Amino acid sequence: MGDEQGKSRQGDEEEPRIGVYVCHCGVNIAGVVDVEEVAKYASKLGNVVVAKDYKYMCSDPGQKLIQEDIKENRLNRIVVAACSPRMHEHTFRKALEEAGLNAFLVEMANIREHDSWVHMNQPKEATEKAKDLVRMAVARARRLEPQHKPRVKVKKAALVVGGGVAGIQSALDLADMGFKVYLVEKTPSLGGKMAQLDKTFPTMDCSACILTPKMVDAARHENIEILTHAEVEEVEGYIGNFRVKVRKKARQVLEDKCTGCGLCADACPVEVPNEFDHGLGVRKAIYVPFPQAVPLVYTIDDEACLGCGMCEAVCGPEAIDYEQKDEVVELEVGTIIIATGFDLFDAKRKPEYGYGRYENVITGIEFERLVNASGPTGGKLLRPSDGKEPHRIGFVLCVGSRDEKAGNPYCSRVCCMYSIKNARLYKEKHPEAEVFIFYMDIRAYGKGYEEFYRQAQEEYGIRFIRGRPGEIVEDPETKNLLVRVEDTLLGMPLEVELDLVVLATAIEPATDSEKVQRLFRLSRSADRFFAEAHPKLKPVDTLNDGIYLAGTCQGPKDIPDTVAQASAAAARAAIPMAKGEVETEPIVAFVRRELCIGCRICERACDFGVITMVERKAQVNEAICRGCGACAAACPTGAMQIRHFTDEQIYAMIEAAMRDEPEVAVKEVEG
Amino acid sequence: MSEFEPKIIAFMCNWCSYAGGDLAGTSRLQYPPNARIIRLMCTARLDPAFVLKAFAEGADGVLVAGCHIGDCHYVSGNLKAEKRVQMLKKLLPELGIEPERLMLRWISAAEGERFASTMKEFVAEIKKLGPSPLRGAR
Ligand SMILES: Cc1cc2nc3c(=O)[nH]c(=O)nc-3n(C[C@H](O)[C@H](O)[C@H](O)COP(=O)(O)OP(=O)(O)OC[C@H]3O[C@@H](n4cnc5c(N)ncnc54)[C@H](O)[C@@H]3O)c2cc1C
Ligand code: SF4
Ligand code: SF4
Ligand code: FES
Repeated sequence: MGDEQGKSRQGDEEEPRIGVYVCHCGVNIAGVVDVEEVAKYASKLGNVVVAKDYKYMCSDPGQKLIQEDIKENRLNRIVVAACSPRMHEHTFRKALEEAGLNAFLVEMANIREHDSWVHMNQPKEATEKAKDLVRMAVARARRLEPQHKPRVKVKKAALVVGGGVAGIQSALDLADMGFKVYLVEKTPSLGGKMAQLDKTFPTMDCSACILTPKMVDAARHENIEILTHAEVEEVEGYIGNFRVKVRKKARQVLEDKCTGCGLCADACPVEVPNEFDHGLGVRKAIYVPFPQAVPLVYTIDDEACLGCGMCEAVCGPEAIDYEQKDEVVELEVGTIIIATGFDLFDAKRKPEYGYGRYENVITGIEFERLVNASGPTGGKLLRPSDGKEPHRIGFVLCVGSRDEKAGNPYCSRVCCMYSIKNARLYKEKHPEAEVFIFYMDIRAYGKGYEEFYRQAQEEYGIRFIRGRPGEIVEDPETKNLLVRVEDTLLGMPLEVELDLVVLATAIEPATDSEKVQRLFRLSRSADRFFAEAHPKLKPVDTLNDGIYLAGTCQGPKDIPDTVAQASAAAARAAIPMAKGEVETEPIVAFVRRELCIGCRICERACDFGVITMVERKAQVNEAICRGCGACAAACPTGAMQIRHFTDEQIYAMIEAAMRDEPEVAVKEVEG
Repeated sequence: MSEFEPKIIAFMCNWCSYAGGDLAGTSRLQYPPNARIIRLMCTARLDPAFVLKAFAEGADGVLVAGCHIGDCHYVSGNLKAEKRVQMLKKLLPELGIEPERLMLRWISAAEGERFASTMKEFVAEIKKLGPSPLRGAR
């Protein structure tokens, strides 16, 4: 196919008949750029048969205008001068197709984002720039060629990365739709942060009670295969056919034999801090992170294990296998959902609050573990310094959130609410306690949240002090804490003495998100969370086709939003799998064989192993070519080209950018 | 005589820098209107000959912008572009063109501000250098 297309451009093809459409975009463009003048100018360019300006080209009547002209004036190339092609190229491609023209015969000139919006006070210059951009687009349009989107089959299997509530929800939805799902979790159990929480705002459901049934459902589902203690190592391919390598780390316990009885852990002599309780409690060297873990299979912590053999001696089903090796599993999937969640801001990065130095300064997640019945203290909140029940507790919000200095200008969205939740919980059990919340603003945006906050103020008598504490100081004897804060409502400095301070630490991108980003070729937004394809219209898609986002890996979220987004991601991922095939980008490399001298430079330039030499000429495997263009840029003879981005098309644009064209006969112009 | 207004050709990758330009637009950041952008899928496509062609046509400056290192949607297209730009910067003086007339910048899709400031900076730099010695030589 490649060679004919290369040649079909040369002469024997019918003359380009171009229609140019200049959009007003209401006043967005027309308020700055003289659109009529641009249309008039366009009408004088070579091969332009009609040039028009219109209020909204993307609207139905706008598209109809093009479609009618295609028929009446036998147009075979279209130029739309409007917004960014990243916005509406797709719309116009569809319109062309409906009118019987190949979708790739439209070219857009970006006179909004790159012109009227950025040169608002220079209407004259903006109009001149619009003319240049239109002339460049026309020059390229003359050389556009029809392209055909190859269709690829989509494997009816999905990979979900991350087994928090987001990953679990996406996996369950896809599995219920009948697709095979591989759910990969890096820790030994599903559950994520939600498994560590005590109650959940605003309804105060017990977190484990609503989460563990979902974990069990996932484990039992015939379409779900769970790989825990596992990480993705390699991803190849594209939508429909991703090939993924997953390393299942050795647990040194055989999953199919372990019954989860726990005799091994009883026998194990080694105790280490339990990360599930943020180091507040201990676990053994052979452990499950928490009692309701899924799968309920023990894991040996390599670093802590002495190799004493005590566990092996007591294990009835002979599940212990010290010789077990990592296993690399290869999966083939059609779509991928990323649900790798978040990590918490390290409170030591705000030394003025003394976390890590003062025993009685703890974090919100530690509080959750301490009040949890299955936590290290059996649910009794005691002061770390002396084991006494605290009487005066203060919650400090926005620790590392909305904080430029900490590098996190964003709001973590859950800290206000979970701090109020925890304050209320403590008040319920200890009505006599004095509870303070130090806040900048209270963000109670969700359903029932404002009401929950109001009750905390009015019915629970929790004291809200508006101000970000400047400093916390410890009394070395009593280990009590003095919080220094400017009450910005009263406009005066305050000092509050407390027994315990709880820091609401920011939600941050997961620590390994950079690795995940590279592995899956994702982008990140300015806040460092993974970027969605469009903030409004494609909130769960990524720019990498076939890969979707769920949960807090995309930005801070509470559980309801996480679950909703996870279901949305599952629905999006299901579309190509349900269809069974997708069209892929035709923008790939092709060879003009007659020009190829067999030098193999392109073969080396390609990072994806796309090019091979056949009869001493380069050959492209279109199915795996990504269309980056490295080969074409390196080819010394111009033999290697990229469809839709050929040398001629690019040179034509460079020339058009620099030179005006001689006028041709005046043609039809319409308003 | 009116002030010298440079003509600049910019080659930008679709995923990061072109999108950064879109964001500058949506954010209504104002910058000088001198550049004409040619969109490539990736800076990997940047044939050094495109840059030479732009200068030969009389461009006063050429800007190449792509994703930050590590963010290229095709893994290392931007590294390849970086090598080519370095090579070109050595070559340009041979043609009588100051190497400062060629600029390489990494601009992400989230960096509308950086896009606008790059435009301002580059236009100012080229104004200082004055018209390209190849202008009108065509
Ligand atoms: C102290 C605190 C209290 C909260 N209280 C509430 C509340 O009361 N109500 C409420 O609605 N919300 C609350 N939240 C928010 C809630 O925790 C989150 O909305 C929810 O946990 C997000 O789920 P997730 O699946 O996106 O992320 P996570 O829970 O972080 O799950 C991500 C999972 O992915 C795994 N993972 C990460 N990287 C990889 C990788 N590379 N490969 C494989 N697996 C990986 C992780 O191990 C983890 O299991 C609270 C948050 C905090 C910090
Ligand atoms: S366009 Fe990129 S991926 Fe395709 S063959 Fe050329 S270098 Fe390889
Ligand atoms: S670089 Fe060009 S000439 Fe050399 S083998 Fe590749 S296509 Fe042929
Ligand atoms: S995609 Fe932006 S530089 Fe490669």
